[in-house]
Amino acid sequence: MAVTTYSGAEQYNFEVVKKFAIMSIIWAVIGMFVGVYIASELAWPFLNFDSPYISFGRFRPVHTTSVIFGFGGSALFATSYYVVQRTCQTRLISDGLASFTFWGWMAAIALADFSYMLGYTQSREYAEMEWPIDILIEVVWVAYLTVFVGTIMRRKQPHIYVANWFYLAFILATALLHTFNNLAMPIDLFSMKSYSLFSGVQDAMTQWWYGHNAVGFFLTAAFLGMMYYFVPKQAGRPIYSYRLSIVHFWALGFMYMWVGAHHLHWTALPDWTSSLAAAFSILLLMPSWGGMINGIMTLSGAWDKLRTDPIMRFMIVALSFYGMSTFEGPMMSLKEVNALSHYTDWTVGHVHSGALGWVAMITFGSLYHMMPKLWDTKMYSRKLIEWHFWLATIGIVLYIVAMWISGITQGLMWRAFDEFGNLQYSFVESVAAMHPFYAMRAIGGMFFLTGMVMMAFNVFMTIRQGKRESAALEAKLAAKLAHA
Amino acid sequence: MNFNFKHEWIETNIGLLAVLTMLAISVGGLVEITPLFFIDKTIEKVDGVRPYTPLEQRGRDIYQREGCYLCHSQMIRPFRDEKLRYGHYSLAAESQYDHPFQWGSKRTGPDLARVGGKYSNEWHVQHLTAPRSMVPESVMPNYPWLKATPLDTSDIAERMKALRKVGVPYSLTDAEYKANVAKFGETVAKQLHIPNAQQSLIEQANFGNYDGDRSGISEMDALVAYLQVLGTMVDFGKYKDDAFVNDR
Repeated sequence: MAVTTYSGAEQYNFEVVKKFAIMSIIWAVIGMFVGVYIASELAWPFLNFDSPYISFGRFRPVHTTSVIFGFGGSALFATSYYVVQRTCQTRLISDGLASFTFWGWMAAIALADFSYMLGYTQSREYAEMEWPIDILIEVVWVAYLTVFVGTIMRRKQPHIYVANWFYLAFILATALLHTFNNLAMPIDLFSMKSYSLFSGVQDAMTQWWYGHNAVGFFLTAAFLGMMYYFVPKQAGRPIYSYRLSIVHFWALGFMYMWVGAHHLHWTALPDWTSSLAAAFSILLLMPSWGGMINGIMTLSGAWDKLRTDPIMRFMIVALSFYGMSTFEGPMMSLKEVNALSHYTDWTVGHVHSGALGWVAMITFGSLYHMMPKLWDTKMYSRKLIEWHFWLATIGIVLYIVAMWISGITQGLMWRAFDEFGNLQYSFVESVAAMHPFYAMRAIGGMFFLTGMVMMAFNVFMTIRQGKRESAALEAKLAAKLAHA
Repeated sequence: MNFNFKHEWIETNIGLLAVLTMLAISVGGLVEITPLFFIDKTIEKVDGVRPYTPLEQRGRDIYQREGCYLCHSQMIRPFRDEKLRYGHYSLAAESQYDHPFQWGSKRTGPDLARVGGKYSNEWHVQHLTAPRSMVPESVMPNYPWLKATPLDTSDIAERMKALRKVGVPYSLTDAEYKANVAKFGETVAKQLHIPNAQQSLIEQANFGNYDGDRSGISEMDALVAYLQVLGTMVDFGKYKDDAFVNDR
């Protein structure tokens, strides 16, 4: 047993996978805590405590960056390095470069978070990092691409497994988006402050081309890669349809890049652009559901496992939320619906049904599958996984329902007229009406965060257990050798 | 011709896979973004829009720094309720000098695209310092540090030079200054002249006395100056109601 473990450790670079996996959980706890905190600030504004550093406007990017790039990004690095090695049956081409991506990525997230609190921001949503951090990210990303593609080039199989296509598309698209959305002129080489190269309408279009594809590639294509490896693994069944994976891969990659402008419906963006985006948004339903169907059908022969295997439950719920939010998205990009939903909490709820329901749940499932394998042990507590599952699910439902109600209420209140044709409500009446839902959202977030903390504890204990087991094994081996 | 395509070719060739993926993901952006730089109608022809004065620009920097865009949009849509609540719908021309744009995506608070001139300076100062003292139901954070922090005016020229490099018509040379006089009039052109930047900033702050405190120039001065100019540059009285309909 021990012998195979050691050769496994030599065959693959699991060190960097372990580091990223652990940091993914730590960033999740930090990012979700900040999320709960800023949600509470909106419900109970005294929580801003008159402090510039944690006031909502500066703290919100800390939340988004920590969860998207800290938690999500680290999970993607961890799983992509794991998957590419397992499916290509070869070691990462360079331990040094892989280690550089780890430290570089961690530095980028930490610097970004601190710089926001100090007031340095490009004020582009999900791309708030100022230019020096953007350059660091660019360098890390090129290293990542090199490691990933280099490893695929050394594969022992002629075929490149489908999960790797999705990871590759995510890496390429992120490079493209990050580069063009962050073109900026620093005021001085020693100053963090810069001004965007573009202005007004072109700047808005570039930003939302980036912004929606941060969702499309960072938070979707990449996690589909995760899905394509871990779902069949956990279910013990092959992918349902190979043809479907081909078709939806190309369709998804091509179409996603067109839809960003649906964030700019009814704005000063020309109509042709936003109409084009709306059309592609509706088309996008098909490749999105192609992925969802492929995942669910892969699980479908293993329904019995749902009763016994909490990890499978994470995966099936993730796919269900993926299906739901990729239906909701196209609906919200219809101009008539968007006229109501835009600028409201509905959008926030939609993002979280994708981010919590799909991205986080598939990540939890994958990490619970992968972590014990990395430390060559079993998860410390199954019961805690069950608890995590239910807390997370309840948390998401509370969150989304709160945001649906508040979003639609806002939209309707803003456009309500009285019998004389005057606006029925002042703006602040709509703010006051939000209070119970903001409180409910914060509570939903607390549920989700509590589950996350349980996972962190469970993983911590699992790693300790794994280390003890291997130490005991080594001691036994040493004792045997001494006797021999 | 016997051309029998097999997806297997792509699946077994990482170079081909990468190139084709890159092609597939490049089209959308190319088709939707590049024309916006070349189609003339994208930005309406309208009088009055000018770059921000040095003080306003510093206010805008603070607006960005505090993340105001996360709760306030600056983009009024062409709906009846928005016209009644906020005013004429926003034109692309009105944010043509905005690096970066601040259209926003969420209205936790109201739209600010035309907040300029709607409230007095005193109201803004009090509201920014303690929003709930003016609007009890508000969930906006207090910003007491704005009035307490002196505005750093030392790097205003560097900031304007950076903006000039990305296309804002701030003037460095006499020729550029003269072009600005022709385009924006002498009063405005003087404020857009980088060699005088610090001077014009101080003059505007002292003259406007936005924060109600004459002892110095605070970040509050700059932010209120910025808020008070928002949406006021175009005189919509000069244009017919449907003047901009065809530009969309």
